[in-house]
Amino acid sequence: MTSQLSASPSAVTSPVTASSAAAPQPPSWRNRLTRWDTAYTPYALIAPFFLIFGAFGLFPLLYNAVVSLRTWRLDDPASDGWAGSANYTAVLGDGRFWNAMLNTVGIFLLSSVPQLVLAMLLAAVLNRRMRWRTGLRMGVLLPYITPIAASTIVFGALFANEFGPINYLLSTAGLDQVDFRAEKWSSWLAIATMVNWRYIGYNALIYLAAMQTVPKALYEAAVLDGAGAWRQLWHITVPSIRPAVVFTVILSTIGGMQLFTEPLLFDPESREATGGSDGQFQTIAMLIYRTGWKELDLGRAAAMSWVLFLIIVVLAAVNGLMTNRLGGGRR
Amino acid sequence: MRRGRPPADSPAGPLTYVLLVVTIALSALPLYWMFVVGSSGEEDVFRLPPVTTPGDELGENVRAVFAADNVFFIASLLNSLFVAIVVTLSVLLFCSLAGFAFAKLRFRGRGPLMLFLIVTMTVPNQLGVVALYIVMGKLGLNGTPAAVILPGLVTAFGVFYMRQFITDAVPDELIEAARVDGATTLRIFRSVVAPTLRPALGVLGLLTFTATWNDFQWPLITLGGSEYPTVQVALSNLASGQYVVFSRLLAGALLATLPLVIVFVIAGRQIVTGIMEGAVKN
Repeated sequence: MTSQLSASPSAVTSPVTASSAAAPQPPSWRNRLTRWDTAYTPYALIAPFFLIFGAFGLFPLLYNAVVSLRTWRLDDPASDGWAGSANYTAVLGDGRFWNAMLNTVGIFLLSSVPQLVLAMLLAAVLNRRMRWRTGLRMGVLLPYITPIAASTIVFGALFANEFGPINYLLSTAGLDQVDFRAEKWSSWLAIATMVNWRYIGYNALIYLAAMQTVPKALYEAAVLDGAGAWRQLWHITVPSIRPAVVFTVILSTIGGMQLFTEPLLFDPESREATGGSDGQFQTIAMLIYRTGWKELDLGRAAAMSWVLFLIIVVLAAVNGLMTNRLGGGRR
Repeated sequence: MRRGRPPADSPAGPLTYVLLVVTIALSALPLYWMFVVGSSGEEDVFRLPPVTTPGDELGENVRAVFAADNVFFIASLLNSLFVAIVVTLSVLLFCSLAGFAFAKLRFRGRGPLMLFLIVTMTVPNQLGVVALYIVMGKLGLNGTPAAVILPGLVTAFGVFYMRQFITDAVPDELIEAARVDGATTLRIFRSVVAPTLRPALGVLGLLTFTATWNDFQWPLITLGGSEYPTVQVALSNLASGQYVVFSRLLAGALLATLPLVIVFVIAGRQIVTGIMEGAVKN
């Protein structure tokens, strides 16, 4: 489509070429260049993404599966033979793996369920006409931009034993002090609190964005039927923004199953990644780190991360599907 | 509460404001306390009731953090800055180029490649850390900033985000017209597309910078033993020493957070709109 027109600039600037171009001739270099350009430049533009992502994102993930079938020790480069399924049997037969799995799922449930419910309520509150709208939205996002390492250290101090402000509050309220790192339930609760603190505002903004696309007529009809704020929220808002809910459920499943920084730095002995004296809050991601870089067994760590990958895929899919059914089937 | 009016229409009542103020106070409380302890003397940290107002030893604590003999905090701050800037610039460049191609150019395989890209958005890179460590080892890069930079150079989210933006922001007619005038694809990108990108580049840049600055797991693995890790890893080194001095530790946490708080105060509005826009279109 551009052949005759792309020749015109040269015709203007140089009358000599113009006269010679009057006779029929094979496509000019310019013409061929244009065809090359439209055919191949798109690939050049997307190539950096696919090459870099392929090399440092996708390839490692798949290569993990190969590493998981080998003996691969950091302290003994010579031992890199095939291990067959030995790493997998070792992982699945390891009590620490199942303990870490229990911790991961426990903390995931304690964090994601309240997180998403509270985010929904917060979004509903933010979805009114109000003053200082942008300022308030920025305020709820503050935890999200705080580095996890920094906020976890702060929460670690807040949950400290004798001099921690939270234990001080408990004792002034006449309750027993809690050694938050000592037990499963208390350490899970503390870690889930950090996760919730970070992501409630973020998820609320995602819900809020979706809420603003819900047609007002739906609410007007509900009002005519006498529905109050609660019933409007659960029977109109939530079903209408189901895609956003599915999105956040999948996202929090993926994030929750990989939980690492919070439980790692909650422990004063964080370097060892044991998750407390008895592994009471050691997550799978921590155990992978410990197996690979403290026990120097990369093969077994790879097997563990590949198992975790498969679990996440299944869980995210199941959670997404279940959420999609929520509130009365598909739309 | 306000029975009889749709929520989006009803003006917020006093109760709403109270709820929001409490929520934001809880959001800011840990940051405030970071500042309180970070500016207090170590003996104040173990006082009951706990300290609630800032002290006057912030400068001293910061100096102590910088002087710590096993953690080179200033170097780590600079290292983080370097890594985050390189990653951000690269993401902006490569993701807008690819986003432009997916938004406006026709080529074979565009549909499947885009689908592939969207699927990869849900694949957490962190699950490949063991093999990534081996790859970086073979390249001789473990312990160097390059090991942190390389995997961050592009993001699927970035391509997706730029594609959405360019689809909406640049009319097809404008691109056709430039083609008719004989512009090459790259020329079209430079003269027609690039000038419209500013708002999207701002949002994507802020999100990328924040995420890179805050990243912890992979930098810990590849830079854990290095003398100059990123600042988050340096912070965790500060936290796991033999004798942890809390006031200094939280002064360090403050230093690791401060650059982002400044960015947030200046450009928080864009971050908010960016997250909300990214979400609607998902």
